[in-house]
Amino acid sequence: MTVAAIEAVDVSRTYELDGVSVPALRGVSLTIGQGEYVAVIGPSGSGKSTLMHLLGGLDRPTGGRLVIGGRDVATLTAPELATLRNETIGFVFQAFHLLPRTSAVDNVALPLVYRGVGARQRRERAAAMLGRVGLGHRLGHRPNQLSGGEQQRVAIARALVTDPAVLLADEPTGNLDSATGEAVLELLERLNVESGVALVMVTHDPEVAARARRRVAVRDGLIRSDTVHDRPLSGGDGRPETLDAAPSAEPRSASGSGPGHPSGGSGGATGATGRLPRAGGTGGPGGPGGAG
Amino acid sequence: MRVAEAWRVALDALRANRLRSALTMLGVIIGVASVVLLVAIGTGTKQKVEQQVEGLGSNLLLVVPGKLDVGTAPVVSPLDLKDVDAVSRVVGDPGRVAVTIASGATARAGTRSDFTTVQGVLETTPAVFTRSLARGRYLTGADVDTSRRVAVLGASVARALFPDRDPLGQQVTLAGVRFRVIGVFTPLGQSLGVDRDDEVHIPVTAAQRLWGTQRIDGIAVKAPDRERIDQLGDRIVAELSRRHPDTEFSAVTQQQILGVLGDILGVLTGVLAAIAGISLLVGGVGVSNIMLVSVRERTREIGLRKAVGARPRDIGVQFLLEAVLLTSIGGLTGMALGVGTALLVDAVSPIPAAITWWSLALAFGVSAAVGIVFGVVPAQRAGRLDPVVALRAE
Repeated sequence: MTVAAIEAVDVSRTYELDGVSVPALRGVSLTIGQGEYVAVIGPSGSGKSTLMHLLGGLDRPTGGRLVIGGRDVATLTAPELATLRNETIGFVFQAFHLLPRTSAVDNVALPLVYRGVGARQRRERAAAMLGRVGLGHRLGHRPNQLSGGEQQRVAIARALVTDPAVLLADEPTGNLDSATGEAVLELLERLNVESGVALVMVTHDPEVAARARRRVAVRDGLIRSDTVHDRPLSGGDGRPETLDAAPSAEPRSASGSGPGHPSGGSGGATGATGRLPRAGGTGGPGGPGGAG
Repeated sequence: MRVAEAWRVALDALRANRLRSALTMLGVIIGVASVVLLVAIGTGTKQKVEQQVEGLGSNLLLVVPGKLDVGTAPVVSPLDLKDVDAVSRVVGDPGRVAVTIASGATARAGTRSDFTTVQGVLETTPAVFTRSLARGRYLTGADVDTSRRVAVLGASVARALFPDRDPLGQQVTLAGVRFRVIGVFTPLGQSLGVDRDDEVHIPVTAAQRLWGTQRIDGIAVKAPDRERIDQLGDRIVAELSRRHPDTEFSAVTQQQILGVLGDILGVLTGVLAAIAGISLLVGGVGVSNIMLVSVRERTREIGLRKAVGARPRDIGVQFLLEAVLLTSIGGLTGMALGVGTALLVDAVSPIPAAITWWSLALAFGVSAAVGIVFGVVPAQRAGRLDPVVALRAE
C-alpha cells in the first residue's frame, strides 16, 4: 500500500453564525491514496464542499486530524498552509476562476509565481501544460476569447502545472453542456492515469460520480457510503444500490432525529476508518445510519 | 523575483482600471503639484525680497527711532538735521549719511496729476542707496543748503505726468508748491507689490518747509566696511540716545532686515505648504477608498490566488504596491505639473517662483508615504481574507 496523499481522521467543521454553532461536517474519516480516482457525491448542503475545502487545505477542521502530503494541518501556520496547497493540491472549480485580462499561459503559470519560479521557466512549463490539455494553440488567448470547455481546460492546466499529488475538482462540469462536460471528464481521467495525480471529484451528479472507481457519498455532514467498483466506466450495476440506496434510506431518519447526530457521526467515522483505504466496499456506510 | 512580479501585477491592475486609477491619482497629483507650486512661490518671493534688500546698497545701516520688531507701533521721530550732523561726526564722513522725511502728496503738471510719495533727502542719497539717474542730474549740496525747489522724479511719476514730453526743466506742483524737474531715476520695478518708481525726491530742507516741520523720519548710513557695522551702529545709537534720552533708537543692518523678512516669509511658505499638504492628505484618503473598493471587487481573484498558494503576505504586498504605485505615479506627475506651473508663473506673472530640491523630495516622499499609510489597511484586509469565503464571492 502506498502512503496516503490526504488522510482525514474524524474530521469535523463547525461554523459559528451569529453565536450559533452550525455543524457542516460531523466527524468524517477519509483517506485519499496516491493516484486514486474518487468521486465525492452528495446533494447541496450535504457538506461535500466543506469536505473539499478541508481536503484542499483551504480551511482548517475544528475537530479531528487532517494530514495533507504527510503534514498535519493543525501544526501549520497560514503561510505554511499556503505553501502546502501550492505544492500538493491542484484545484479545478465549477466557475473556472480564471483571471480576466490575463492570457491563458499566464493564468496557468500563476501557481508557479508563488513558488518563486522565474518568468521564463514559468511560461515554458505553462505552455507545455497547455499543450497537454490540447490548448497549445491558445496560449495568448484571454478567458473571454475562449469557450467554456477551453476555459476549464486552462483551469485544469493551472491545477496541474505544479505537479501536485492531488487534483481537487469541484463540480468541474457544472457550468458546461453535456458534450463539453464529457470531454473535460475524459481529460481529467486521462491525466489521472497518465500523470498519476490523485483525482478527487466533487459532484452532485450520480452519472458523473459513477465514472469513478471509488465513490464516497456525503450527507448531513457525514460519509454515508464509501464504495469501490470494479468496472467504473460501465455504469449500470453498482450505481443504484451503493450510491442511491444508502443515502435515500438513511438521511431521512438522520435529519429527523437531531440529538442523535453527534454520536452517529463519530460512530460512522470510526466505522469508515477501520475499512479504509479501499478495502473493497462492504456495506460499511450502513453503520452511521444505524447509529443515528 | 517575487517583488518584481508583484510590481508587474500591481501595474497590470492599475492599467485594467485606467479611468479609476487616473481619477484616484488626480487627488495625489493636485496635492503634490500644489505643494511644489506654493513652496516655489514662497521661496521665490523670499529670494526676490532678499535680492532687493541686498540691492539697496551694501553695508547699509538704518537708524530709526523706536524698536525695529514685528508688531511694534511706529514712534514719532524726535530727530532733526542737527542730529544728522552729530551722526555724521560719529561716522566721520558726511557723504555716508542719508536722511529721509517722507509723505504722500499729489504731484501735478498741467492737467495731469499723480498721487505719489515725496521724499525729502540729502544730496548723499544716490551714494548711500544704490540709485542711478536715467536723465538729468541729482540734488546737490547747494540745492539742500538753499532749500531750492527742485525735484527728481521716479520713472513711473515721470511717465504719469509727462507721457509725451521731456520732463527735464518742466514744473511740477507738490502740495501746492512749484518745483522744477532736474532729473529722472532709472526704473527699479516692483518690490513686494510696491511700485518703487512711484516717488519724488526733493531737498530735505524744502520738504521740511513744505510740511512745516523740523523733523526727519530716519537716518541711513553706509558703513565703511562690514566688520565694524554693528559697532558703528552701537555708537550712533549711543550718541542719539544721549541727545534724546526719552526715545529709544534702533540701528538695523540689512542682515537683520533679511532675518525679520525671512522669518515672516518662512512662516508664510510653511502655511502655504501645510494647506497644500491637506489636499495631499485628502488625495490619500481617496487612494485608501479606491483600494478598499479594489479589494472587494477582486475578492474572487484573491481567493483564487490564495488557493493556488499565495500567502497572506503575498496578497498584502500586492495591494500595498498597488497603492504605492498609484501615489508614486501621481506624485511624479504632480511634481512635473507643479514644476511646470511654477516655471510658467515665474515667466508670465509678476509672482516669483523658485523650485527647491527639498520641496520636490518632500512632496514625492510624502506621496509615497501616503500610499503606504493609506494602502496598509486595504492590503491587510485583502491578505486576511478567508480563501473559502473569497472564492464564493460574487
